[in-house]
Amino acid sequence: MTLASTTTQLQTLLDATALGSIYGLMAIGIGLVFGVLRLVNFAYGQLIMAGAYALALTQDAPIVASIALCFAVVLGLSLAMEFAAFRPLRRASPTTMLVATFAISYLLQSIALVRFGAIGKIVVVIPGLTQPVTIGGLHVRWITIVTILLAAGVFAALSLFLTRTSIGLQMRAASMDSQTARLLGVRANAVITVAVLVSGAIAAIVAVILPMAVPERILVTPDYGLRETIIVLVGVVVGGIDRLLSATLGGFAMGFVVGALSGFLPSSGSWPFTSSVYLDSAVFLLVILVLLLRPEGLFARSRRSAVERV
Amino acid sequence: MSTPDAEPQPVLELRGLDVRYGTVPAVRNVDLQVRRGEIVGLIGPNGAGKSTTLHAIVGAVPASGGEIILNGASILGRPPERIVRMGVGLVPEGRRVFAELTVEENLRLGLAGRRTKDGAQEALEAVDELFPVLREARKRQAGLLSGGQQQQLAIGRALVAEPELLLLDEPSLGLAPSVVDTVFDTLRAIRERGLTILLVEQRAQRTVAFADRTYVLANGELRMTLVPEDANDTKRMVAAYFGS
Repeated sequence: MTLASTTTQLQTLLDATALGSIYGLMAIGIGLVFGVLRLVNFAYGQLIMAGAYALALTQDAPIVASIALCFAVVLGLSLAMEFAAFRPLRRASPTTMLVATFAISYLLQSIALVRFGAIGKIVVVIPGLTQPVTIGGLHVRWITIVTILLAAGVFAALSLFLTRTSIGLQMRAASMDSQTARLLGVRANAVITVAVLVSGAIAAIVAVILPMAVPERILVTPDYGLRETIIVLVGVVVGGIDRLLSATLGGFAMGFVVGALSGFLPSSGSWPFTSSVYLDSAVFLLVILVLLLRPEGLFARSRRSAVERV
Repeated sequence: MSTPDAEPQPVLELRGLDVRYGTVPAVRNVDLQVRRGEIVGLIGPNGAGKSTTLHAIVGAVPASGGEIILNGASILGRPPERIVRMGVGLVPEGRRVFAELTVEENLRLGLAGRRTKDGAQEALEAVDELFPVLREARKRQAGLLSGGQQQQLAIGRALVAEPELLLLDEPSLGLAPSVVDTVFDTLRAIRERGLTILLVEQRAQRTVAFADRTYVLANGELRMTLVPEDANDTKRMVAAYFGS
């Protein structure tokens, strides 16, 4: 193996890790809300879309103001979803809630289409971050490094939040057994609102880094974030949706596999030998294999036999 | 139990409580009172409506009729977390500890039901004193404790909220006979602290002997009220369960 090919492979793995980090972040956002609400939020991508539009429409404003507006829009929209849709459907079945999030997703896409049109808007938040830096012969873009560090930082901060604060502990308890948590005095609505807000903040972070980290995502369109949401939802199920850690690892794994396959599979040649054609097929073939072999989830704890302790 | 000269206002009062699951009545026209400092038992065969009564008190199932009054005010229709924060603690059937959380985290969760933020640390220390075994197992996952220890944890978790009224739903259920003694010893220790308790149990004789007053529930209706002296009256105990 030549040095050049080793370098290329390392670069591909780094890019794949960065994509995995973004998908991992999205999986945390989706997993947090699922934990406390048993709600699969299909409209999560539209939070990212709204944030990306906020950034695209304020390209001429100072970076800090643009990012602040992005967070304000995404958090406001998250709260609107909670109060207008999730809360009135609290006692509805998971199927009803899932269908409701389909409706919210398509409603938001339609609003974006009417308001901003089908032609995308270019968004580059911090142009300097898309420049490469050379580290030991590796040409890595700053955004790749920032994305990986940011995702690790968010995960560490969230771990501290969930284990060291009262509301974090209550969130974990509510995701394990919400009925018992409420019988202990845990305020379900407060816990859910915090989870929705944290999930929204993570969507805003993704809205900021996604256009810089993934070159083909520089153009914001009404269906922005939809493809990522579908892949992450699959990743969350593959990882194990019942636990935040396994869901996050599932999201990360999907991003990493997508990134690695798109780098390692041949991208030249005619149909069907181009990675753009068979990438999704290869990824979902792996998903099918995983679900056949470990239907409870790749990173889920193996089910121990339930023993009643006396 | 000492009874004041004037009849004190009950901590809890059920007036004509009705609960239905769909069209099936589970609790019918139940009147019940629990006064301050009392231990009141609620016994009856399986399916009598004991647990449903407790669930209705804490708002976990809706009442279809009647009144639930806590310290003179109706709590009907309020959500469970609100009722708990008004001073009602519940030790649920089957312990329902959070198996993946540590003992310490389970106890800290109980603080969510406190009526005031002050005194949380003292409440945790008081539970440590009452259950030394929990203090030693602080960092262990709750799911790794024995059934008896989990029951102590469930009781301790309810106690850190310093409730005015403690509801216990079959605390001896599923426990080995020797462990049941430990649970009743624990209840005795709690009683000495003057807590007001409504105890739902299957172990009829033991509950009647232990409580100040015990209501017998059958087919969702109150059949009779027993006092500690009735515990050794076999005829009365049989009548309580099978009707006279």
